[in-house]
Amino acid sequence: MSTPVIKIENISKQFVIAHEAQEKYTTLRDTMARKARKLFSFPGSSRKNNPHETFWALRDISFDIHAGDRVGIIGRNGAGKSTLLKILSRITEPSSGRISLRGRVASLLEVGTGFHPELTGRENIFLNGAILGMARAEIRKKFDEIVAFAETEKFLDTPVKRYSSGMHVRLAFAVAAHLEPEILIVDEVLAVGDAQFQKKCLGKMEEVSKNEGRTVLFVSHSMPTISSLCNRAILLEGGRISIDGETSEAVLSYYTSGVASPTQIDYSQQTKMPGDSYVRLHKVCILANKVPASQEIDIDQEIDVVIDYSILEDDNRLLPYPNIHVYNAAGVCVFISAPSTTQAHAKGDYTAVCRIPANFLNQGSYFIGIAISSFGKGVIVHLFEQNALSFNIKDNIYNVPTRLQVDGNVAYSGEVPGTVRPLLHWQTTKAL
Amino acid sequence: MANNKDKVNELVIEQGSGEKNYWGDLWRYRELFYILSWRDIKVRYKQTVVGAAWSVIRPVLTTIIFTIIFSRVAKLTAPGAAPYPLMVFVGMLPWQFFSNALSEASISLIGNTNLITKVYFPRMIIPASSVITSLVDLLISFGILIVMLIIYRFAPPVNILLLPLFVLLAFIAAFGVGLYVTALNVKYRDFRYIIPFIVQFGLYISPVGFSSSVIPEKWRLLYALNPMAGVIDGFRWCILNEPFDMQAFLVSLSVSFLFLWLGIYYFRKTEKSFADNI
Repeated sequence: MSTPVIKIENISKQFVIAHEAQEKYTTLRDTMARKARKLFSFPGSSRKNNPHETFWALRDISFDIHAGDRVGIIGRNGAGKSTLLKILSRITEPSSGRISLRGRVASLLEVGTGFHPELTGRENIFLNGAILGMARAEIRKKFDEIVAFAETEKFLDTPVKRYSSGMHVRLAFAVAAHLEPEILIVDEVLAVGDAQFQKKCLGKMEEVSKNEGRTVLFVSHSMPTISSLCNRAILLEGGRISIDGETSEAVLSYYTSGVASPTQIDYSQQTKMPGDSYVRLHKVCILANKVPASQEIDIDQEIDVVIDYSILEDDNRLLPYPNIHVYNAAGVCVFISAPSTTQAHAKGDYTAVCRIPANFLNQGSYFIGIAISSFGKGVIVHLFEQNALSFNIKDNIYNVPTRLQVDGNVAYSGEVPGTVRPLLHWQTTKAL
Repeated sequence: MANNKDKVNELVIEQGSGEKNYWGDLWRYRELFYILSWRDIKVRYKQTVVGAAWSVIRPVLTTIIFTIIFSRVAKLTAPGAAPYPLMVFVGMLPWQFFSNALSEASISLIGNTNLITKVYFPRMIIPASSVITSLVDLLISFGILIVMLIIYRFAPPVNILLLPLFVLLAFIAAFGVGLYVTALNVKYRDFRYIIPFIVQFGLYISPVGFSSSVIPEKWRLLYALNPMAGVIDGFRWCILNEPFDMQAFLVSLSVSFLFLWLGIYYFRKTEKSFADNI
C-alpha cells in the first residue's frame, strides 16, 4: 500500500464557550468593566462565577486517505464536519494531534470566496483564483476554459454586482472546478446553483478524481450526492468517528442513528441547537396519517411536517413564520411553503404543522429543509436546516387514486414522470 | 507556487505548526498579497469617482485651514526658506498617509471576514495590502506637491534623493501601529471608535500645522517619541531643506521599530484565533 496522502492522527479541537458573553467577540468596555469588577470583588467569590466551559468539537479523530479516494464526510449539525474541514484547510489549528498532507491542497468551503461585487467577471476570476491558491500564470492559461465552462463570455467585463445569482454561482464554480490540486476539500457548496449546473460540476469533479487520481474530501447533507460521488464515507457523531467505510453503510447509519432519524430530529439532544437569540429549534418530525412516519410513506398518505420551536424573547415588531423547503433527489426544489399569515409571537414554545396532502408528491425521495424566518425588520432568516428530514414516497400501484383503475385492474403500472403527481379534479362531459 | 508534482512536499498541521513556517508562508503567499492590494486599489478608485478627487481635496483644504490658523492667527513661522503653506503641505503628506493607513488597516480584517473564515493565508497580508492602498494615495498627493512647488517656484534640494527612505519609514510606522490596532480591533470591537480619535488627536500633536522647531529645545526628545514627528521632519528636510535634528530623529526611528515589533508580535499572537473570534 502506498503512503497515504492525508494522514490524520488523533486530532482534537476544543472550544471555550463563554457563557457570559453572548457575542463571539468582546468589547474593550466589557473587558475593562470585568477587570474593575474583579478588583473590587471578594477573592473567595470569584471562582464560582467563572463563566467558561469547554466543548470538544472533535475528539481523537484518526484516519488515512489514499490518492484517488473520494471520501464523503457526513453527520448531523454540530458533529464536527466543518471544524474538521477548517483544520484541514489550516483556517484553525487543532488543539492536539497531527495531520500530514502530501501534495497541494485547495479547499472550497464556499463558492466565490472573495468575489468583489464592484470588479468585473474577468477581474474576479483572477482574484478568486489567487485566493484559492492558483498562480497568475496558471489562471491565464486556463482562462478561456473557465469562461467557457461558466457560460458567461458576454458578461466578462461587467461588474459582478450586475450578474444574476445563477451567473454568479456559475462563474465561481468554474474557477473552482479548474483548480488542479492533488487534494480537493469541498464543503457543502453544491447546494446552490441550478440542478443542471450542479450535475456538470459533480461530473467534472468525478472525472478529475477518477482519471487523474485526485483526492476529494466532500462534506454534504445531501445523501444522494454523497452516494453518487464518493467511494468511501466517514460518519461523524458528536466529534467522533462513528463509521468509516463503504458509503452505503455510512449513509444508512446516518439515517438510522440514535437521536436523528430521517423523519425525526430531536435537536435538544445535540450539542448545538439551531437558531439565534430570538428563536430556537427543538424538534422536527414527519407524521404519516398522524402517526410518526417510517422512512417509507405511501403515496396516498397525508404527511404532516411538525416543527417544535421556542421564541426566546418578546418582540412585537418581529412576525416570525416557519417555512419548509422541499427538494427531490435530483436537487430540484419541488415547492416552498409558509403560512399565509402570521402575527407577533410572545415568548414561549410553539408547534407548527404543515400538512402536505395525500396524493400530491410523486414516487421517490424527498428532502425537507426547515427554516424559521421573520418579517417586520426586513426578512430575517433565524435558522435554516437544509435537507433536515427525508423520506421516500412509495407507490403501491394498486388502489392508488392517482392511477387509473377499472374493476381492480390498473391501466398503467409503469413509472409516472413528474416532480409531483397531484390528484386533480377531472370532469368529462359529452358534447350535446 | 510552482506546480511541483514530482517533488512531494509534505505539510504537517499540528498545534503551533503555523508558527514554524510563518515567514516562509508569507513569502509563498506573495501572489495573493499582490492581488489583494490590486483589488483594494482598484475598488477604491472604481467605487467612488470622487475617490481620487477626494485624496486631492482633503489635503489641500486642510493645508489652507492650517496655514490660516497657525501662520496668520497663531503667528508661527517656518524655520526655512519655504513658504508656510508649502511647509504645511509637506507635513500633511506623510500624516495623511499614516492616518489613512491606520483607519483602513484597522477595519480591514473585519471587512474581509469571509476570506478569513474560508481560506488559509497569513493574515498579515490583509492589513499590509490596505497600507499599500494608502501608499497610492500618497503618490497622488505627490502630484499636487509638484504643482505647488511650481506655483511657489521652489526648487527642492539634493536631499530629495533620500525621500524614498523616509517614505519607507512612514510605511514602517504606519504598518507597525496599524498591525497592533488591527489585532486589537478584532478582539475588542469597540476599539474602532477610538481610532478616529487617535487620528484627530495625532494631527494636532504631530508637527503638521507647524514646524518641530517651535517646540522648546528641552522638550524636543520627548516630542520625538511620536514616530510620525521624525518622519514629517525627514520629509521637510528632503523637500524643503529645513533643519534636521538627528538625535530626535533617532528617537522617532526607534519608536517606529518598537511599534513594528510590538505590532507583529501581538498580531501573530492573536492571529491564530482570528477565525474563531471574528
